[in-house]
Amino acid sequence: MIMGSNMAECHPVAFRWPMQAKEKGAKIIHVDPRFTRTSAMADIHAPIRAGTDIVFLGALINTIINDDRWNSDPFFREYLVNYSNAATLIDESYQDPEDLDGLFSGFDDENRRYDVNSWAYQREEAASTMPAGEEQSYADAVAAGLPGKPRVDLTLQDPHTVFQIMKRHYARYTPEMVENVCGCPQEKFLDVANTLLENSGRERTSAIVYAVGWTQHTVGVQFIRTAGMLQVILGNAGRPGGGILALRGHATIQGSTDIPTLYHSWSGYLNAADARKSHDTLRDYILTETPPTSYWFNFPKFAVSLLKAWFGDAATPDNDFGYDSLPKISGDHSHLPTFVLMHQGGIKGFLVIGQNPAVGGQNAELQRKAMENLEWMVVRDYFETETAAFWKRPDVDPSTIATEVFFLPGAVPAESTGTFTNTQRLLQQHDKAADPPDDARSDLWFTYHLTRRLKELYADSDNPRDWPIQNLYWDYMNEEENAEWRINDEPSGDLIMREINGYTWADKTLVPGFAALQDDGSTACGCWIYSGVYPEEGKNLAAAREADAWVSPNWGFAWPANRHIMYSRASADPDGRPWSERKRYTYWDEERDTGQVDADGNPIIGSWVNVAGDSIDFPPTKRPDALAQDGGTALDAHSGTSPAIMKPDGKFWLFAPSGAVDGPLPTHYEPWESPVTNPVYGQQRNPVAKFWDVPGNPYHNAEDAEKYPIIVSTYRLTEHYLSGTMSRWLPWLAELMPELFVEMSYELAEEKGINNTDWVTVVTARGEVEGRALVTRRMRPFVIDGRTYHEIGIPWHWGYQGLASGDVTNDISSLVADPNVTIHEGKVFSCDLRPGRRSKSAREIHEDLIAQYQGPGVDVASLICNDSPGEVCNA
Amino acid sequence: MPKGMFVDTSICIGCKACQVACKEWNDLDGEPDDFAVQPDGRLKAINFTGNSYDNTGRLTATNWRHVRFIERGSSLEGNMAWYMMSDSCKHCTHAGCLDVCPTHALMRTDLGNVIVQQDVCNGCRMCISACPYGVISYNKSTGRVNKCTLCDDRIHNGLETACAKACPTDSIVFGDVDELRSQARQRVSTLRQLGYSKAQIYGDDDVLGGLNVFYLLLDDPEVYGQPANPQLPQRNLIPNSVWSVGSAILVGLAALVSFRTRLNRNEEVEA
Repeated sequence: MIMGSNMAECHPVAFRWPMQAKEKGAKIIHVDPRFTRTSAMADIHAPIRAGTDIVFLGALINTIINDDRWNSDPFFREYLVNYSNAATLIDESYQDPEDLDGLFSGFDDENRRYDVNSWAYQREEAASTMPAGEEQSYADAVAAGLPGKPRVDLTLQDPHTVFQIMKRHYARYTPEMVENVCGCPQEKFLDVANTLLENSGRERTSAIVYAVGWTQHTVGVQFIRTAGMLQVILGNAGRPGGGILALRGHATIQGSTDIPTLYHSWSGYLNAADARKSHDTLRDYILTETPPTSYWFNFPKFAVSLLKAWFGDAATPDNDFGYDSLPKISGDHSHLPTFVLMHQGGIKGFLVIGQNPAVGGQNAELQRKAMENLEWMVVRDYFETETAAFWKRPDVDPSTIATEVFFLPGAVPAESTGTFTNTQRLLQQHDKAADPPDDARSDLWFTYHLTRRLKELYADSDNPRDWPIQNLYWDYMNEEENAEWRINDEPSGDLIMREINGYTWADKTLVPGFAALQDDGSTACGCWIYSGVYPEEGKNLAAAREADAWVSPNWGFAWPANRHIMYSRASADPDGRPWSERKRYTYWDEERDTGQVDADGNPIIGSWVNVAGDSIDFPPTKRPDALAQDGGTALDAHSGTSPAIMKPDGKFWLFAPSGAVDGPLPTHYEPWESPVTNPVYGQQRNPVAKFWDVPGNPYHNAEDAEKYPIIVSTYRLTEHYLSGTMSRWLPWLAELMPELFVEMSYELAEEKGINNTDWVTVVTARGEVEGRALVTRRMRPFVIDGRTYHEIGIPWHWGYQGLASGDVTNDISSLVADPNVTIHEGKVFSCDLRPGRRSKSAREIHEDLIAQYQGPGVDVASLICNDSPGEVCNA
Repeated sequence: MPKGMFVDTSICIGCKACQVACKEWNDLDGEPDDFAVQPDGRLKAINFTGNSYDNTGRLTATNWRHVRFIERGSSLEGNMAWYMMSDSCKHCTHAGCLDVCPTHALMRTDLGNVIVQQDVCNGCRMCISACPYGVISYNKSTGRVNKCTLCDDRIHNGLETACAKACPTDSIVFGDVDELRSQARQRVSTLRQLGYSKAQIYGDDDVLGGLNVFYLLLDDPEVYGQPANPQLPQRNLIPNSVWSVGSAILVGLAALVSFRTRLNRNEEVEA
């Protein structure tokens, strides 16, 4: 099932695998508002109104758990009871949106955030442990906080079990509701439900694929959670052919979250030091971030090894390995609030690498206007992008803009050695094939030499805040590698890969994997989840190229530990036997002699094995019938039937007692801007969504439904790359999709008097965008509660530069975001459509908006130091 | 052993990678007519057609490959279908272009592909009207004609065609035509079993003696803009020649009669 993704168009290369599956008879389901090139390849296309995915998925959950087959085949219940938290009891004070008309218990109306205490597990008494003290090791100190075991009812009958709560929560999410809220015919919905159920079980598995069609919503994280729940209910997690495949937006976006270009996390998903948390010292940081149970118990080893990789010899136990010198985050410093701050004049300089916010940014004219407030800006790209040219954009007098812009030519990937981490966590090395032309240089070269020069500049400073620059370990030059090239000061990808893999600090011996890392400073590791990619001399697995007909464990390196399917303990039944021969993957071999001996010198017989050569994340000799140890920490707290090693209780979470700030169970809210009144609850929008009530960023509220009655989605096409930076300058690609167009149904076109190829203008409170009408039967209106709603679609590739040029679609979108991850809502908002061309330029409309703004005024200091307006603290 | 391509439209996702790979390998420009200089002096692509996702529209001297998009039915009615078909020269067994070329610029190589030898072509354009598929186009800048060569330089060096190489779903497969045909027949029977009742091969021996580049279609050829029963213009050569010769005889006889009458009249005048 492909949902929230237009895989054929946006991931055409990966789409070869669904096509191969289709050739073998697999059924493909596409759930999407539009009939796209993916729908054209699907067996079932179920159209839904944009933003109603939780109703559709929730109804799948409801329909499936009440289906005869699900209730009569013991597989589903056995899988669910053993591997998920379905049987866990939730605090009796928990109240559901069904009770509170769309809110969960614990809602703080004034601060728009939830107190999550009532969502917690019921627990046994905590085992008595020694009190935490300064003299203890990290492990002992963390163990002191060990909570009691979660209480469970394995019959699933107790009304406080997760299963019963979930069942009540989705009881109203019926096929009829799908028809009324999503606008999808009931028969189509039931066809999807039956197809998924028929293709799940012991013998068969189904996979779910999503992409930014799910993430770019104010409830995006909850869309994905619903899919996770569905897969657990269907027994599709941790098994071959199952799971959820998150398709990333472009090459190595996965890599840039693993080793992040994000403000809130450090390499390997370690939370960044945060001034709002108890993170004052390294010990505080570690004790706050390390849970006593789950594999995350090893957090101190990963954190200290990362500090050692950053600061090398300068990182010592005496100076907390340099932790104190690091800046701490103080709020949401992600893209949207940063541009709000820039728009208010709170940012001085800006480095833009691999991004084109003048086209790709939401409320794009606000973002272009924001750049006018910068003193300087550096853009590195292949072409002079709209961002690089913002100061000479249409209808702007460059003499009024003081920003100093530096444009530096970037090298393309084939002109440097490096790795891509693709959507299934696979690291693949690409080797330099040619020198970049002229002054073009790789991002690696730029980052290395910029830092090298900064280190020279700050070498003599005695200001304590310059310590991290002065002491940053920065030794990545291998002149031999450059001997055959014109550019002879390119840093060594090999040396960087060694650091990422990790080594003992004293003699730089490569470690075999993250299990070898230490928390005492004896090892350094640039990214613990990548550890094992370079396990020994001469063995860089990212460059491994040996394929087989199935999992191909010797092709590239799948983090963590070259593991292609995570939590594969669930591919065997609770007793450790394969669920079926056909779906055999990881299973318990009672006879297997491990060649190891236990503490008493007896041989250890029995181990988990994998038929495909994949690595297994379950402790290799932990018996399937092993019990959770009383007072046990890390994975000792988990039983032999607990596949989710990264979760505190070892179980797949149907109900999330923590982690999601907008609720433990996915709940339907209308998009931030929707002409439809929420048919499910009194609560219209996600109550904790992030928004920015600032000049130039007005929203459509409930009273604007008549003014902006049309639903709009923005998206991309196969023919262009994101904001067009790699495609609109190339004639071969420009001619394939030359101009901005607006896709609409015949019904809407007729209502508006629009003919195919006419100029049309799409209008929101933020701006106007003109394009050519593409009238097609692939688009359709939706009937919601008896009323017809039209939906249009606009690709967002164009801008004022390049060979294929046109209006910037994002001029009409707004700054509003999911509360968990601050991802904007580009996949659905409301608009109006009229025939003809736009009335004013983007610049003029934006100036008018600023003049009209009557909000509370924006305090720049608060934007710098505190949470953004409307932001929910998830500390 | 002729080489060719099997184009399975049932797994074509219309990504146009084949079009771009073709241009890249064969060093072809963007279509000159699709770009125009704007009042501000910039070059801009102006070829939006509004015809589904097809903006290049046709095969030309710079577009040797063209993905067609065909929309059928309606999403609202629940019977929407969207066909994509990557079209190019079919390298026909009975190739009309080959027969009419007066300079033998068009030739068939040992691998069965039909190419235009640029240094022999005199630009007479007779091949253009001889092709039932509109594949061959006149190149204004060189004064000669161009079309797909089946990547003649690649296939004679052991490589597959550029379009087949680039196709992400292996919808375009290059190989020995005999093997491709049996692969295609198998695929058709699978698709029929899955309920695609109109699944069919286009370009078996029944079409121009067999197309070396042939297709698996999910509907009738006309839906994809392909003639069900294409004919070569020169197929009419003999009957047309008979008519021409007959006409010539008639005209000649009439002329003789006419002269004879005039002669008689002259005689009368002289007399």
